[in-house]
Amino acid sequence: MNDFIPAPIAQLPWKTILLLLVMAGFGFVVLYSAAGGSVTPWAGLHMVRFMVFLGMAIVFSRLKENFWKAIAFPVYIVVVIMLLGVELIGAVGGGSQRWLNLGFIRIQPSELMKPAIILAVARFYDLLPAGQIRTWGAIWPLLMLLAFPCALILLQPDLGTTITVLAGAMTVAFLAGLPMRLFIGGAAAIAVITPIAFFFGLEDYQQRRVTTFLNPENDPLGAGYHISQSKIAIGSGGIFGKGFLNGTQSHLDYLPEGHTDFVFATMAEEWGLMGGVAVLFGFFLLFRWGLGVAMRAKTRFSQLAAAGLSTTIFFYVAINLMMVMGLAPVVGIPLPFLSHGGSSMMTIMICIGILMAIDRHPGRRGGTFG
Amino acid sequence: MSIGGGKTISGAVQALTFTRRATVIGGLQASIGVLLAGRMAYISVAENERYQLLSESNRVNLTLVPPRRGWLIDRNGKPIANNKTDFRVDLIPDRMQDKDKTVATLARLLSLDQEEIDRINKELEQATSFQPVQVATGLDWESFAAVSVRLPDLPGVSPRQGFSRFYPTGAAVGHLVGYVGIASAEDYKENPDPILVTPGYKIGKDGLEKTFEDRLQGKPGAKRVEVTARGKIVRELDSRPDIPGKAMQMTLDIDLQEYAARRLGPESGSVVVMDCKTGDILAMTSMPSFDPNSFSDGIGQTEYGMLRDDDHVPLRDKSLKGLFPPGSTIKPMVSLALLRGGIDPEETVSCPGGLRVGNRFFNCHSTHGTVNMKRANAQSCDTYFYKMALRIGYDAIALMARELGLGAKYDLPVASQSYGTVPDTQWIKKRHDREWENFDTVNSAIGQGFFLSNPLQLCVMAARMASGRNLEAKLLLEQDRPAASPLDISPEHLSFVREAMSEVVNGAGTARRARLPLDNIKLGGKTGTAQVVSLKYGRGGRDVPWKFRDHGLFVCFAPVENPRYAASVVIQHGGGSSSAYPVARDVMTFLYDREKAMKKLVAMEESWGGTISERMDRQLAAYRAQKELEKAIAEGRVAPPQTEANGEDSAAEVGQ
Repeated sequence: MNDFIPAPIAQLPWKTILLLLVMAGFGFVVLYSAAGGSVTPWAGLHMVRFMVFLGMAIVFSRLKENFWKAIAFPVYIVVVIMLLGVELIGAVGGGSQRWLNLGFIRIQPSELMKPAIILAVARFYDLLPAGQIRTWGAIWPLLMLLAFPCALILLQPDLGTTITVLAGAMTVAFLAGLPMRLFIGGAAAIAVITPIAFFFGLEDYQQRRVTTFLNPENDPLGAGYHISQSKIAIGSGGIFGKGFLNGTQSHLDYLPEGHTDFVFATMAEEWGLMGGVAVLFGFFLLFRWGLGVAMRAKTRFSQLAAAGLSTTIFFYVAINLMMVMGLAPVVGIPLPFLSHGGSSMMTIMICIGILMAIDRHPGRRGGTFG
Repeated sequence: MSIGGGKTISGAVQALTFTRRATVIGGLQASIGVLLAGRMAYISVAENERYQLLSESNRVNLTLVPPRRGWLIDRNGKPIANNKTDFRVDLIPDRMQDKDKTVATLARLLSLDQEEIDRINKELEQATSFQPVQVATGLDWESFAAVSVRLPDLPGVSPRQGFSRFYPTGAAVGHLVGYVGIASAEDYKENPDPILVTPGYKIGKDGLEKTFEDRLQGKPGAKRVEVTARGKIVRELDSRPDIPGKAMQMTLDIDLQEYAARRLGPESGSVVVMDCKTGDILAMTSMPSFDPNSFSDGIGQTEYGMLRDDDHVPLRDKSLKGLFPPGSTIKPMVSLALLRGGIDPEETVSCPGGLRVGNRFFNCHSTHGTVNMKRANAQSCDTYFYKMALRIGYDAIALMARELGLGAKYDLPVASQSYGTVPDTQWIKKRHDREWENFDTVNSAIGQGFFLSNPLQLCVMAARMASGRNLEAKLLLEQDRPAASPLDISPEHLSFVREAMSEVVNGAGTARRARLPLDNIKLGGKTGTAQVVSLKYGRGGRDVPWKFRDHGLFVCFAPVENPRYAASVVIQHGGGSSSAYPVARDVMTFLYDREKAMKKLVAMEESWGGTISERMDRQLAAYRAQKELEKAIAEGRVAPPQTEANGEDSAAEVGQ
């Protein structure tokens, strides 16, 4: 590194920051177009938020592993209490409630639960003696950790977030070394339970989303409208797209939620397959870095937390993209760095911040095991 | 408690497991990434064409612009039917979301009355998705703008600036011209052209509008516009102007047509005027009529109910579809047959007030004493014609009747004609399976019995007698038409008959009051009174209930010396010919001195209670009040009136 640059700045993970800047910058460009060529109302705010949360992530990156270990359970408990609060306010206010208004900021506690559950589960398997990993003692606390948040988020009701929380925790458990047969058996069980859950467990509107996803053309003006229009936007973009600011699906309001959940379709219409591949490549670099951080981490908590957080971001991307391309039902999950929305960006940047912290302090091998 | 098969796990093994499983997860993530890239490539490359098409059909909205309908103009180029610019609002049932709310909002913005709202709701229920439902037409700019600015909140509402059909003379041309209206579901099924369901597009539904539909309709224009998902037009991409329909020139003189309609006043009847040189129909009116403007705008329930319930049948065209016994108006025609049959016009017959035929006595309306042919026409002596007809036989008369155009269907651009009956010996065999009897001859000789004609036929008969030519009735004006061939009737006979008809008006005849108030122009004519019911109700004059009164008829031509115009007037239940010939006199006067004729009409209209539209408006208001009252009584809100209304009286009231 150059001597003119002060050490603290030179030590920043510039490659990662650059990647994030490029992706959020592209998000700015897409949102600028989605607003009909205007910085307001989305693009400008998007960038401001990103810079604020990037600052937060850089601050996080200075914090050492012990700090994250120490707050893992307390944070988990606080978020569960917040979820409970949302439920209570919702019960008073009536209707579905996801926000908690603290006066100066509106927080979506279910979003915060995504990194919180990863830290909590990672911390649990970190504490669990190696010899007990194949016992019941490795499973029931996990189930307990999942039970409260999942029940509360399902009550909201928010199926998409529930699945992300569940999947994140499962990923950590999988990496922690729970017996493979549990996962294979679990997958088999899900295959059996899914149809039953579909008919008896899902709300009417959730059921409709699933059936619509299976055949969006059946109801092109009703519930299938989102998927149909999204596919039209992506498909009509072709290889090179219609050109910046030339998207008609988004500008003429045919594409619903073109600046939030369906931002990828807005992008693809104007930038085509090339833009889509570029975005996928950006995410590929991000997850390679994320899993790399986990592989390079020396302590068990760091390994599990890093892999879990990276996978959490991956779920956002995968579910969102599958949704906009008609491979998954509409579940309301935004695309990291591109979608407009504060809560999800905060969650993702918290994950990034902790990943950067682990990247910076990989720990010493055996340090925790000793 | 172990679930892992008793293997002992150390930290090192755990680290190895982590690395292995993290690699698995990385692999899974990468394969999902590849799957996504593949999916995207499939959508945007393989299916690109399809989605591009869908995207275009989202973005671009092709709107058809209804063509302006061709004008109908009269022989002098004056409009019979034209188009006026119009601000209108329609509903597209397909695109509506909250029907009740939308209709309520529109009702408020456009201040629609309850009847209109009911009509709209009813049509919305019946309309198939593609059919536009008309909300209002002829709006002023403010109401139109009020709807236009609220469009984003009113999905399915389509405000447009366009053209609507306008008939300047209103009811005067109702039956003849017909009206236009929105294409029906059947029309669309037959010819699924999208223009048929474009708001504001109308097709001819009756009369000339229907007959000349192909020539009048024109070619629609088109506009390609870019629209948002909510239907807001962003910009116009390109447009093709409409090609207006061709104007059609009719033989009518619209001023005369209107005058005749107005002159009929409160009566139920028909006036037909023809040009004796060409056969052009100058006026053909039937009153009471409907206002084609109301029909073309989508007629209200109440207004339609009023027209339907009226015993003067304003919905039937009496000129073409009203069949009446021609009565004595055929006597000049019978005279021609007698002359051809060798009867000496100077031979006299004694009229003691009737004639005994077999064991029945046939009345004459008076005791005329000694009459020859001329006097028999002037005085309309039935006895003379009974006797003479019996002598030459009825088939000779029927032949003459057909030569003069009775019983015939004319080649006219109209939807339908009722062509009546000219009875003869063959006809009675075919129709009633019996032999022709003497009393049939007697009845038919004075235009009663089985004899039926429509008013147009009577006019053609008069025109042919006046011109001596085989005139064909014409409605469509043609410039170079060959003159009609002469009739196979001796010119001397014709001039004798014209002389006799002049005597009816200008001599010692039955229609002396029909003399034209003009110098140098004399009218020749023949009166007719057609019985409606048997004589037990009296003579069927003005003192019996309307529907039992005799029909009054009159055929005429002018000037006597060199006939130029022929006319027929039929007054349904007019109480005798005296109801008909004053109308004929005034209409004929109009042809020569408009000012004098108008002066007379204005004075008469004052006594009738205003112009046609003023009277119709008043009638509608009265009918509406009556319906309201009936409804109120039926619902028990109002006590029924104490004295029960006499059915005949109330029938007569409607006719006022």
